[in-house]
Amino acid sequence: MATMPDVRKDGFRLSMLIYDTRYRSITLQVIFLGIFVIAAWWLIHNTVENLRALGKDFSFGFLTVRSGYDINQRLIEYSSDSTHARAFLVGLLNTLLVAFLACISATVVGVLAGVLRLSKNWLVARLMTVYVEAFRNIPLLIWILLIFAIMTESMPAPSAFRGENATSSMMLFDSIAVTNRGVYVPEPLFSRSLGNLDLGIFLVSLDLLAIVAVILGSVLANRKLLKTAERIQNDTGVRPVTWWKSILIFLAPLVVLKFALGFHLGLPELRGFNFADGTFLRNSLIALWFALTVYTGAFIAETVRAGIMAVSHGQTEAAAALGLRPGRIMSLVVLPQALRVIIPPMISQYLNITKNTSLALAVGYMDIRSTLGGITINQTGRELEGMLLMMLTYLVISLLISMAMNVYNASVKLKER
Amino acid sequence: MSDTHAQTVPFVRDTMLPQQAPPTSQIGAVRWLRENLFSSVLNVALTVLAVGTIVWIVMHIGPWLMNSVWNANSLAECRQILAGESGACFAVIRDRWHQLMFGFYPSDLYWRPILAMVLMLVAIAPILFDKLPRKLIWFSALYPFVAFWLLWGGSLWLPLAVIGGFAVGYGAFLGLSRVTGSVLALIGAVLAAIVWWVWLAAPVSSALQSAVSLSIRPVPSRDFGGFMLSIIIGVTGIALSLPLGIMLALGRKSDMLLIKAISVGFIEFIRGVPLITLLFTASLLLNYFLPPGTSFDIILRVIIMVTLFAAAYMAEVIRGGLAALPRGQYEAADALGLDYWKAMRLIILPQALKISIPGIVNTFIGLFKDTTLVVFIGLLDPIGLSNAIRADTNWNGIYWELFIFIGVCFFIFCFGMSRYSMYLERRLKTDHR
Amino acid sequence: MKKSVFLGTLSLTALAAGFASAATLDDVKARGTLNCGVSTGVNGFSAPDSNGVWQGFDVAICRAVAAAVLGDPMKVNFITTTGQTRFSALASGEIDILARNTTWTFSRDADLKFTFAGVNYYDGQGFMVNKALGVSSAKELDGATVCIQTGTTTELNLADYFKANNMKYEPVPIETNAEAQQQYLAGACDVYTTDASGLAATRATFADAENHIVLPEIISKEPLGPLVRQGDEQWSDIARWTLNALIAAEEYGVTSANIEELAKSTENPEIKRLLGTEGELGKMLGLDNDWAVRAIKAGGNYGEIFASNIGEATPIGLARGLNAQWTQGGLLYAPPFR
Repeated sequence: MATMPDVRKDGFRLSMLIYDTRYRSITLQVIFLGIFVIAAWWLIHNTVENLRALGKDFSFGFLTVRSGYDINQRLIEYSSDSTHARAFLVGLLNTLLVAFLACISATVVGVLAGVLRLSKNWLVARLMTVYVEAFRNIPLLIWILLIFAIMTESMPAPSAFRGENATSSMMLFDSIAVTNRGVYVPEPLFSRSLGNLDLGIFLVSLDLLAIVAVILGSVLANRKLLKTAERIQNDTGVRPVTWWKSILIFLAPLVVLKFALGFHLGLPELRGFNFADGTFLRNSLIALWFALTVYTGAFIAETVRAGIMAVSHGQTEAAAALGLRPGRIMSLVVLPQALRVIIPPMISQYLNITKNTSLALAVGYMDIRSTLGGITINQTGRELEGMLLMMLTYLVISLLISMAMNVYNASVKLKER
Repeated sequence: MSDTHAQTVPFVRDTMLPQQAPPTSQIGAVRWLRENLFSSVLNVALTVLAVGTIVWIVMHIGPWLMNSVWNANSLAECRQILAGESGACFAVIRDRWHQLMFGFYPSDLYWRPILAMVLMLVAIAPILFDKLPRKLIWFSALYPFVAFWLLWGGSLWLPLAVIGGFAVGYGAFLGLSRVTGSVLALIGAVLAAIVWWVWLAAPVSSALQSAVSLSIRPVPSRDFGGFMLSIIIGVTGIALSLPLGIMLALGRKSDMLLIKAISVGFIEFIRGVPLITLLFTASLLLNYFLPPGTSFDIILRVIIMVTLFAAAYMAEVIRGGLAALPRGQYEAADALGLDYWKAMRLIILPQALKISIPGIVNTFIGLFKDTTLVVFIGLLDPIGLSNAIRADTNWNGIYWELFIFIGVCFFIFCFGMSRYSMYLERRLKTDHR
Repeated sequence: MKKSVFLGTLSLTALAAGFASAATLDDVKARGTLNCGVSTGVNGFSAPDSNGVWQGFDVAICRAVAAAVLGDPMKVNFITTTGQTRFSALASGEIDILARNTTWTFSRDADLKFTFAGVNYYDGQGFMVNKALGVSSAKELDGATVCIQTGTTTELNLADYFKANNMKYEPVPIETNAEAQQQYLAGACDVYTTDASGLAATRATFADAENHIVLPEIISKEPLGPLVRQGDEQWSDIARWTLNALIAAEEYGVTSANIEELAKSTENPEIKRLLGTEGELGKMLGLDNDWAVRAIKAGGNYGEIFASNIGEATPIGLARGLNAQWTQGGLLYAPPFR
């Protein structure tokens, strides 16, 4: 800049704020900031005025009031005597549960469909195209409603299991009951339970913690075993047989733990109106989960297909020349390379799943939108506070997911030199 | 070699053998089947599975569709005609066709939305096909006003007065640029136009209206419904979000810290929350944020929210396009001495937008599908209407037929658009690969 | 640029039309239509017919108010609201009156700042079950799966009732009546609970209505009525007295058929005041003296509206029950017109 002849050194003139590129950006930013501040002030001012006109205040005190309504699916202790804040927490956990389940299953479905769409089998490839196009071009809401209705209509009601001439029966040695209210599966029970750990907000089962700890221990031990095997292989060229040791490492502690805790299965049993005991997966959860899975799976299939097509053909041919079988080529050569292309769009698909769980109210799944954003707002009339809290929650979840995925993305990125 | 050859071959054939037919396993349908369906054990299994799936679906849905009833006035009549057999009752579509298409738009005025739709096709034609005369782009620019007037009706002077704002701005620009520099003139022109729109346009248009009455019957936006509503929200949302999205994308790449921060904050906020919460904000909260006593048309509120929502996604798509451009393009534009806006307008954006076309169309398809969410705030889009229709005693209990019809309609729209984007991608492909 | 213009155009029209002043009556008259909030569709109470004309019991109240204020029962703009958006729509001035089976409760009146114009239907929450379950009382519903509509007082009543009787239940919250009905019919829930009128209306449309019974227990009081914003006394008076006029007309035997004749010939001073041939009652409301005549002619008196929309002759087939005149043992009791 200093060498440019047309920059004069003499004093500062007002017009330089606009015409001098050095100052222009500052001027623009100051003007922009001014507009922004005025707009923000205007909105807040209006809100205050409106609240005063309505005789309302802005407070989150309603969260500590007794909620008065029941929630069917609760992962933590909750009753109609609990507070609205707790209802919010129950809803949040439900949202996270279905989002988590759907992310995993949509990935599986999507990768399968994406690979199958490129299959040499004409019929399968066409079928997958139909699947992808049908789900990509019809609104999710319609799919959720249709899937929920199909599940309700096509499965037997609990009453069909009842009586002498029952038209339906339970599956797998009377352990699983598929009804149009949901699926009842056996629940794990412990006769010598370790009890629960009270975290203040909710209880954590110590049995579950023990199981997780044992499995983690096994994984670590197994890893160590494999490392040793690898070292021996590197040293001597012969890899010791490890598979039976791995199985032992995984199974033995679990079996010991099973007897120590007195593990047994609680089978669902038809009693009264419903099946009692067992774990109850409600239809609302299954329908939402399934709908999100197949809908997002179609989008993931497209990203996977694009990712696979982006891997140069030479890679496939080189792998084939090395003598790898087609399945191995896909899993060892093509997919790992395609992953780099696939991951960024995959992040936004996971975010979409999380946000789309808010459609839960179409099937009556009690997520955060149905508890806090629905019944709580309705009963307390605190729409401003409730909506703000809800949006903030979604925002935090989304940012956390994209942060975690970005870290993962950075770790698989091609390390360029 | 030649030696032995001469001795061992007693006969040399001097005519070609007639071509033999290939073995049956290598021709026609059999070969195709072998190659495409039964090439390996896995493929056989997949084929069997796929055939099984198709047969199962056809077995279950086929009879129901074959028995469709198209002429009846109520579900009870349908059931009577079917006489206990399972069958679809598509008569409801026939009975409520107009409602599903136009909502409660006055039936004698259906020509207006239809005309608006046809004109829309004309207006986007110059954007879609570059062989048309360039003059048509003027019609595209005017189209929003024409469509607004046709759909909502009322006085023609209002859209004219709003167009007048441009004339006012242009006049101010010409006048001021003689006195001051062009930057100040531009600021003055924008200010003049804003003053016109905010304070003068409404009184002027009503004065003109009382002097010369040029109006057609007004239709309140609450009468809009059905697919017409979906299309209005979708098309305006996308048309408005494109420029906004470009601005946000440029803002996000800007060197100015403050503008960058605001752009990033806006984009991440909108992308982090579900559309449905924004729609609830539009319906429950927007009245808190506006001056006391202002009531704002609900469809307009929804369009604003949908536009903001789509703009954030659009910005990310366009940012991808901007990032994909080789650095050389930016440097070349700088080397030519173009200023920022000229470089963007002439060099960067045309290329970046071209790269982003698939993403833009995908955003549009997503937005169009998302218009179904307005049902949760009580607007009567096709799904909302299906609820209302089922509340009528005649059609209470009908379920699948309406959803299937709505789904098929959405499929046709969205599939058509995605095919078009593929065509556009191919046509605009100018690189040498 | 295109963007800002289009927004400008739209916001101009919105703002030009949109300033809701304190006097709702003036707004309505200036606008020429009544903005009436109804539900997105409840059989018999509000639903569009195949010509797009709204029909139903709640709709008739709006038509009567429109006839009283504007002179034409068809000058109503029906605005569909969900259980969640209805109160915001009313509070923001988007609608002038909300007629959407809304229960009159203390907190809605006092805390949400609305004024109820009266009760147009006395309802209560009931239960419907399939006869095959062999249940004859709600007290036998321990452990049942219950379908409820969300966004209403229903879910609170239900929680209270089951808690008070020390029973467990599994709630299945459903967004719309139509979906709840489908769930119930498929057996996905044992019980469907909503207002008794809604149960009857739903049951009436079943192909096998005889297999379903409404249990005798009514677990709550649900006085449903139209409501308006608090703070505009004139407007709430108009809504209240239009409703009362419809009720009183039935009591005095004034129907849409004989109203012309009665207006000319009646000697009953009460009827004369109601129909505006004597006194200045209409003026006191800020309307003319024919207001009640028009309101009654719009869809008939309360009894006629009831009979044609939800009465025993319709597929819904509701009996008058509590909603009979006080002279017939019901609760309808219009204050005197004087």
